Amino acid sequence: MSERGETDVRLRDVGKTFDNGTAALAGLTFDVAAGKFVSLLGPSGCGKSTALRIVAGLSEASAGAVERPGGSLGFVFQDPTLMPWANVAANVSLPFKLRGADNAASRASVMQALTRVGLSEFADAYPRQLSGGMRMRVSIARALVTEPALLLMDEPFAALDEITRFKLNNELLTLWQEQRCTVIFVTHSVFESVFLSQRILVMASRPGRVFAEIDIPASYPRDEKFRTSAEYASYCRQVSEALAQAMKVGP
Amino acid sequence: MKHARQERVLRVVVPLAMLALSMLAWDLAVRAFAIPPYVLPGPGVVAAALIDDRDLLWQSLLVTLTITFEGFVLAGLGGVALAVAFNRWRVAEFALYPYAVILQVTPVVAVAPLLLIYLPQPLAVLACAWIVAFFPVLANTTLGLNSVDRNLVALFQLYKASRWQVLLRLKLPAALPQMLAGLRIAGGLSLIGAVVAEIAAGSAGAGSGLAYRIAESGYRLNIARMFAALLLLSLAGVAIFFVLSAVSHLLLRRWHESAAKQES
Repeated sequence: MSERGETDVRLRDVGKTFDNGTAALAGLTFDVAAGKFVSLLGPSGCGKSTALRIVAGLSEASAGAVERPGGSLGFVFQDPTLMPWANVAANVSLPFKLRGADNAASRASVMQALTRVGLSEFADAYPRQLSGGMRMRVSIARALVTEPALLLMDEPFAALDEITRFKLNNELLTLWQEQRCTVIFVTHSVFESVFLSQRILVMASRPGRVFAEIDIPASYPRDEKFRTSAEYASYCRQVSEALAQAMKVGP
Repeated sequence: MKHARQERVLRVVVPLAMLALSMLAWDLAVRAFAIPPYVLPGPGVVAAALIDDRDLLWQSLLVTLTITFEGFVLAGLGGVALAVAFNRWRVAEFALYPYAVILQVTPVVAVAPLLLIYLPQPLAVLACAWIVAFFPVLANTTLGLNSVDRNLVALFQLYKASRWQVLLRLKLPAALPQMLAGLRIAGGLSLIGAVVAEIAAGSAGAGSGLAYRIAESGYRLNIARMFAALLLLSLAGVAIFFVLSAVSHLLLRRWHESAAKQES
């Protein structure tokens, strides 16, 4: 374990080569300190999702070392990835059920998680009865219900309309401030990454690697005022330029 | 709204009117051409046979339905178990799937006489019902098990779910719609399998199912009873289809698009 606390994520020279020979990642190195909100930003196909799956342990690195905190982990996919045959409460309690801990305490946690995402009245609803934004909230509630030290999010809002996306961005920051977990957020949206994160890792493609690191020192809570501020616009310009350069360098 | 109700009424009334018309045409044709009842009995004569022979036909119906039910249950269990095994061990699929296909594509009519040589008749009939019915369950369940959402599989992996948890909490529920579609086909097929085997056993058979009654009545030129038995067989098939459709609907109505009510 590292000295800086149990919840650090460290990647050292991580490489990933798929069976067909494609090098998705090479020499990927970054640290995420405990409690930080960090975004991986890059064009489609730059390997950012692959990197996240490696951090989660869903995919094995072909080279390098990966360190992540023990204990539970939350993962939010681009699709809500809910079980359509189970109602909202049953979907959110899945982590407990798989642990064999379906008891009064876990049921209280489920209700609490649903209340936090504003869906306490929909506990008995089935996913097909909900809107896209509500389904994503259920997915976030499921990821947070075990109060994980690390939350990994793979373009969770990419399929939502902009109004819903802004709303969920705000809600996510509130949740993060409450829970203080470490978040690694994958996105291809400059605006989203600047609004949410303390630090942005801009990735270059083929093979995927970190091209630039940009700190966004603006204080939290960030709200609609921040979204329309000159400060926000200038960060967005800076990050956009870095992204444009990252896309130019190519392999 | 009004239009929808009208259509619902028409959906019931039109087929019934069609039935009444064809009965009338049948009756008129038999009378007009003076067709003797040992060639083609009129609907009245068939109805009379249905009532006069009700004890005999009812007993036969019960025999056929019992065999069909047993074949269906065994096909359901066997099909699902085999599909789970195929999904779990690819080698099992490589080893057995080709033979499952061969069993399916070989006409059961041709297999039945052989089965009747090696097995006692009730068992041979049951085997035929099973052979034709298990494949749709196997094929559909396999399809369902193989089309589970990859991200859900990853999620279960993330939460360190055991193989049993993945099977019971993820794969089987996810495959339920396809499994039920397979079972719906299997219900009708197990009836066909049972009938085919009884016909193959023919007059030599010691059976007493509806198909045996048809064969026997044929030899006795009791055409009215043939029609009566045939009618009962189709009604049994329709009833099986409706029961299985209703069960499928009840299980899926809350969550699956195929069964959920459209909200406009």
